[in-house]
Amino acid sequence: MNTAIRRLSVLIAALFGALLVASTVIQFVQAGSMRGMAANKRTLLDNYAQERGSILVAGQPIAKSVEVDDQYRWLRTYPDGRLYSQITGFYAYSVGNPFGLEDAADDLLSGKADRLFVRRVTDLLTGRETAGATIELTIDPKVQQAASDALGKNRGAVVALDPRTGAILAMVSHPQYDPNPLSSHDLDKAASAWKKLSTDRSKPFTNRAISGDLYPPGSTFKVVTAAAALEQGIVDDESSMVPGPAALDLPLTDQPLPNETRQPCGPDDRTTLLHALEISCNTAFGSLGLELGGEQLRAQAAKFGFGDSIQIPMRVSPSTMPAEMNQPQAAQSAIGQYEVRTTPLQMAMIAAGIANQGRVMTPYLIQSVRTADLDVIDGPPDPKELSQAVSTRTADILKRMMVSVVDNGSGRRAQIPGVAVGGKTGTAQHDLEKSPHAWFISFAPADDARVAVAVIVEESGVSGNEVGGAAVAAPIAKAVMEAVIGR
Amino acid sequence: MTTTVEPVTPRTRRGVELVLLIVAIAVVLLAWVTVDLNRNGTVPAEIIPVAGGLVVLAGVVHVVLRWKAPYADPVLLPITTALNGLGLVMIHRLDLAAGRLGADGNANQQIIWTALAVALTVAAIWTLRDHRLLRRYTFISLAVGFILLTLPLVPGLGREVNGSRIWIAVGPFSFQPGEFAKIALAVFFAGYLVQTRDVLSLAGKRVLGFTFPRGRDLGPILVAWVLALLILVFEKDLGSALLFFGLFVAMLYVATERVSWIAIGLLLFGAAVAFALSAFAHFQKRVDLWLDPFSTENLERSNQLANGLWGMAAGGLTGTGLGAGRPWLTPFAESDYIFASLAEELGLIGAVGILMLYLLFVERGVRTALGVRDGFGKLLAIGLTFSVAFQLFIVIGGVTRLIPLTGLTTPFLSLGGSSLLANWIIMSLLLRISDQARRPVPALPIGVGADPATAEATQVVRL
Repeated sequence: MNTAIRRLSVLIAALFGALLVASTVIQFVQAGSMRGMAANKRTLLDNYAQERGSILVAGQPIAKSVEVDDQYRWLRTYPDGRLYSQITGFYAYSVGNPFGLEDAADDLLSGKADRLFVRRVTDLLTGRETAGATIELTIDPKVQQAASDALGKNRGAVVALDPRTGAILAMVSHPQYDPNPLSSHDLDKAASAWKKLSTDRSKPFTNRAISGDLYPPGSTFKVVTAAAALEQGIVDDESSMVPGPAALDLPLTDQPLPNETRQPCGPDDRTTLLHALEISCNTAFGSLGLELGGEQLRAQAAKFGFGDSIQIPMRVSPSTMPAEMNQPQAAQSAIGQYEVRTTPLQMAMIAAGIANQGRVMTPYLIQSVRTADLDVIDGPPDPKELSQAVSTRTADILKRMMVSVVDNGSGRRAQIPGVAVGGKTGTAQHDLEKSPHAWFISFAPADDARVAVAVIVEESGVSGNEVGGAAVAAPIAKAVMEAVIGR
Repeated sequence: MTTTVEPVTPRTRRGVELVLLIVAIAVVLLAWVTVDLNRNGTVPAEIIPVAGGLVVLAGVVHVVLRWKAPYADPVLLPITTALNGLGLVMIHRLDLAAGRLGADGNANQQIIWTALAVALTVAAIWTLRDHRLLRRYTFISLAVGFILLTLPLVPGLGREVNGSRIWIAVGPFSFQPGEFAKIALAVFFAGYLVQTRDVLSLAGKRVLGFTFPRGRDLGPILVAWVLALLILVFEKDLGSALLFFGLFVAMLYVATERVSWIAIGLLLFGAAVAFALSAFAHFQKRVDLWLDPFSTENLERSNQLANGLWGMAAGGLTGTGLGAGRPWLTPFAESDYIFASLAEELGLIGAVGILMLYLLFVERGVRTALGVRDGFGKLLAIGLTFSVAFQLFIVIGGVTRLIPLTGLTTPFLSLGGSSLLANWIIMSLLLRISDQARRPVPALPIGVGADPATAEATQVVRL
């Protein structure tokens, strides 16, 4: 029997050999790829087991990790959750961190970014537990609060920029939501919060300021048309005469382009460029669109940033001009209709570019990156010019025209006593069944602008006139500008 | 089956056993302290009673061995102590994670079972002076094994847990009688095969180089096969069925030294598996989970396999450290999956270490089988050894996705009284047989036949 026992022991050895190989394959060969699997809760828990960096606004955390006595160790909390919800996003056990800075700046907050490498090495050597980087934002809490208060119960968005640098001073999108229950360690609570918010038809997770469905810009786009006409020499300055009939005949179609008032914009169907902008004359800008053509309009829009992929670091949806425009389509596009689509941030960039001598600065949200002990790793960033959208002279003319819109035209509701404010109203049709969106873009003080604002209020306009932009959106922009210039 | 008697004076090696025991206990205590340091940052207060308990339990067996079986293998007890201790450490660690404290803890229960197992071991070594006495109970063992196997099918007594009906419950106690059936059947196989091995190995036709047995000699293997199939069908327990069948085929092969038995065995088992696969959704599901554990659908149905693999992957080469991983995320982390739990926290290095302990255990068992002088002892020793090795392969092979997962306990490590008691009994039987194997052959005194008492004591094989 000993021969058989010896042979059997060889079989047993082979079985053990197979177990050793299988263990090695799992724990050594495939370990990395298994750790990377999305459904692997251990990897997620590893992230929860280390302190995630804070997000600061004016030195105060709007997102921070608090140590708690459970298996997840660090609870993500949002002290002023609703106000900053679209900026921060949230950090949830069940669905991860799909939105906002929690997603876009995850490599910094989790401490995995390449530029934190040196820090990680020193942490390893000193035996300190590695924590993620802290991020300080450009947001001014007063401006953010003012924007949110002014927008109130309306659905819509507000963006405020520093025209000189591109720093984002406020970014509000309504409806807001509370990120705290989503990040709760009570997983049932988190799951029900997620279910409720993700199925909400008003889409609270969407940051309307930079993403989501793009909006037609309506009449606010007329400043782009004016800029193109001035740059191309079609008009000389704000006092140049332009056509302003009650309705503009469009080639290739029986449908004329009417003024909202059904009235001509001036005597003999002609008016000045200035007056055309003040009263938001459709036929004047439509005829400029006919003269410029689609290519010129698209080129000017692109100089203001249309079509650019920008990350602030959240991805900003690129604003779009239609790819092909025939003559009537160019006329429609010139007044911000047809297939022109944009974000509030892009419209704020246009206002900021005009206020900043034609230079459009690249917008950004992160002022500095710091260690957990607030030593600066990176920043403040050097302001970067995105483009010189128009010449200084054209910018000056546009600025004067926009100031006149607020002083004498449709933007009176944005007036701030003692301060020159430039602005432009807009009413954007998007769906014939629903009220149009109300727009306002503006900057102040006009001679040395410290803030540029874009406001959109969804479905609050009145079809056929500028009442929405003037009545609803302009006062919101005013409140935001006042918060910046401190009056 | 004859073995040369070593000319050197045999040594008992009990001193070696003592040293190894001290090392084993030290490793276990160190592991225990590491768990608490990693979990709570403190050295646990219970370490003194735990250390005392381990020393007393292992010490009692050691002393009884010195007295009643001085030539027993010196490595088996230290390995058993180390494995049982490491299992306790992991169970205690999972208790801490689940907030089961003190007397409510599974570790507490397992310590009580360990004490019972030690008591049984002491009793076995004490009362069973010679393993050959068991041969008298060959057919009683068959009956006992069969009764134990079918107990879970008795209405009111058996309980179905996680799809398999392999438990019985009496009052507050639940038990897996299959663990003991394994021992009873090994005794029966050894006794039966040692009687019939000549018939089985010699008679038969030669076809293609294999000698195939006669139809009537096929009887026992067919009975065993049908038995395994019945368990498989009624208790939905593929793991145990595989274990009993593998055990019988292995012992049959050792008894007859004929490869044809293995070929027949594999064929029959293949047929059984094919039948089970086509007939039962339960098995199809297991195979499906095995082939693709990470598909979304499979993760929803049972995330056990995937979580175990993720746990082992999280441990990597060096492990997370005892107490610093997350083994509790895997269902049955303290029973079926205790190997994955240990592999997560001790890493590949620790996992290989544990496998090496088992390999060493099995190697000592094989050595005992080779060394013992009677056929019954050889068969019993290799049968028990193979059952430990094969059970380990089935359960760890399942955890590591080498074969489809079937629920079995990991010998000595897993939480569970029946498994612990049964495996300690296996160890004590191996100790008893190894004592016979390593004991010097008594010199035959002149006129031996005259004294019946001496004749009884020196009898080697009673056929």
